[in-house]
Amino acid sequence: MELNYDLARKNAVSFFVHCFLVLVSVACLFPLWWAFSSSLKTQQTVFNDLSLFPKDPQWSNYLFAWTKADFSSYFLNSLLYTVIVVIGVVLIASMAAYAFSRLNFWGKNFLFLLLISTMMIPIPGSFIALYVLLNKLHLVDTRLGYILPQINGGLALGIFLLKTFFDDLPKEIEDSAAIDGCGRFRTYWYIALPLARPAIAVLAIFNILAVWNEYLLAMLVLSSKSLMPLQRGLMVFQGAHITQYPLLMAGIVITVLPVLAVYLMLQKHIIKGITAGAVKG
Amino acid sequence: MSFQNFRKIAGSYLFVAPAMLLFCTFSLYPFLKVFQLSVTDWDGISSSMHYIGLENFKDLLTDNPVFWGSMKNAFYVTFLALTVQNFLALFLALLCDRDIRGGNVYRVIFYLPPVLSGIVVGLIWNWIYDGNYGLLNHFLQFIGLGDLQRAWLSDAKTALYAVSVIHMWKGFGWGFVILLAGLQSIPRELYEAATVDGANTWTVFKNVTFPLMIPVFVLVSILTILGTMQIFDIIIATTGGGPGYHTEVPITRIVAMMIGSSKFGYACAMGVTFGLILLAISMVQIRVSKMMKQV
Repeated sequence: MELNYDLARKNAVSFFVHCFLVLVSVACLFPLWWAFSSSLKTQQTVFNDLSLFPKDPQWSNYLFAWTKADFSSYFLNSLLYTVIVVIGVVLIASMAAYAFSRLNFWGKNFLFLLLISTMMIPIPGSFIALYVLLNKLHLVDTRLGYILPQINGGLALGIFLLKTFFDDLPKEIEDSAAIDGCGRFRTYWYIALPLARPAIAVLAIFNILAVWNEYLLAMLVLSSKSLMPLQRGLMVFQGAHITQYPLLMAGIVITVLPVLAVYLMLQKHIIKGITAGAVKG
Repeated sequence: MSFQNFRKIAGSYLFVAPAMLLFCTFSLYPFLKVFQLSVTDWDGISSSMHYIGLENFKDLLTDNPVFWGSMKNAFYVTFLALTVQNFLALFLALLCDRDIRGGNVYRVIFYLPPVLSGIVVGLIWNWIYDGNYGLLNHFLQFIGLGDLQRAWLSDAKTALYAVSVIHMWKGFGWGFVILLAGLQSIPRELYEAATVDGANTWTVFKNVTFPLMIPVFVLVSILTILGTMQIFDIIIATTGGGPGYHTEVPITRIVAMMIGSSKFGYACAMGVTFGLILLAISMVQIRVSKMMKQV
């Protein structure tokens, strides 16, 4: 009898726990689904049709957003910026991290601390001076002016992450490569970099999300529509067509889908990345 | 020094050169430049720039209620994030730490809002809070509380709460993931030992979980404060700081001063002041956590 009572109690507790967790999950997912279902309604029905599965889904909204509302251009820009920044961060950060971990040179520790300290110190006004600098370099309203600061933005975390990884890596493989006549750059490129793949994956994902979701810099630097990424494009579209909710929602879905795909495919790496940083640090 | 040696040393620097070049140009230079500009009256365009000492700071401290109001708003959102959001995150993490079925599914769902951009989240919630056709108003009507209907984001009474809810909706999953990782790093034997000794759930939490989690709590609260105080995207996508100045935050003020009023020097002084306040908060927190560890 006693056992049964315990079991029943345990089941009841577990039932309520699941109820609560499901409730919170619904609260997380519902706004997203609402945006999606609104994107399939017409300008007339969207205000009064509260259905979650519209009877007559207007897929043409997506075609319209993609072709007529410039979302194709915003999308391709976002893609371009993300790819270039991620490649830049991975290459530059891994080279520096390899040097900080393996090579010996004067001022090494000082330079490393200097780079890492940018992660720690909040400088909320620095975007003003960054803008001034970009203006001087004639990089305002150019792709390069949007890309370079973001590559720089990913370096501190990247160097920190990859240096830690290289430090834990056994040196023997690289030593034998050196004996076989590999130069240092070739050792880095052919031996160390491929071995660092797990850490690079984490770094890449964080930068993909950061660049894809970036807004402030895009707002300051880019004023030509043809250069704008999605986040900026969404705000421009909203400013110009404030009541065109179905199209705006279609634009939002276009913006979110790639993030969603990357997240669902790689969520294990993402969660490993945040938690490793958090629990160690 | 032989040529071989020289080549080797130069080669080492080549590895770090690209990183250092970018860092010095786009991090170090702006960082120093902000301080320099903060003591000038520069408007961002003209070639003349006058040194005016601490004039900007003096005006900011004594004669800029809007900026301090924006600081108060940010503190308010931060307070809610620290309490409501982080307690929800901790509660959920404690629930998911009990080896429940489907724990990973919940984790994937809870971390979904944090991977979205503030712009997307803000625009979606705009539509939910809308005064005429918003989902929230429809819902209130449905459950018979139609009297409460309002334009949530443009009503001075509710705008800041409404924005805070959006921010917390976006943020709790992040705290949840970190706290859960912290909980899972606690050795299970400690729990077993405590239970054998006859401790109940609460005493286990108080005497085992809580002390071991202090470093994680400190980390989560510092990052919550730094992140929330610098809230911007959600504000710009929903209220833009309005109605009036009711949802202004420091970053929207700095941007407005820079782009709207072309007072670059003054905006830099705001940035420096705000940065120092953030630094002071984090230092106090680290100090407090060290004291707590010693107790």
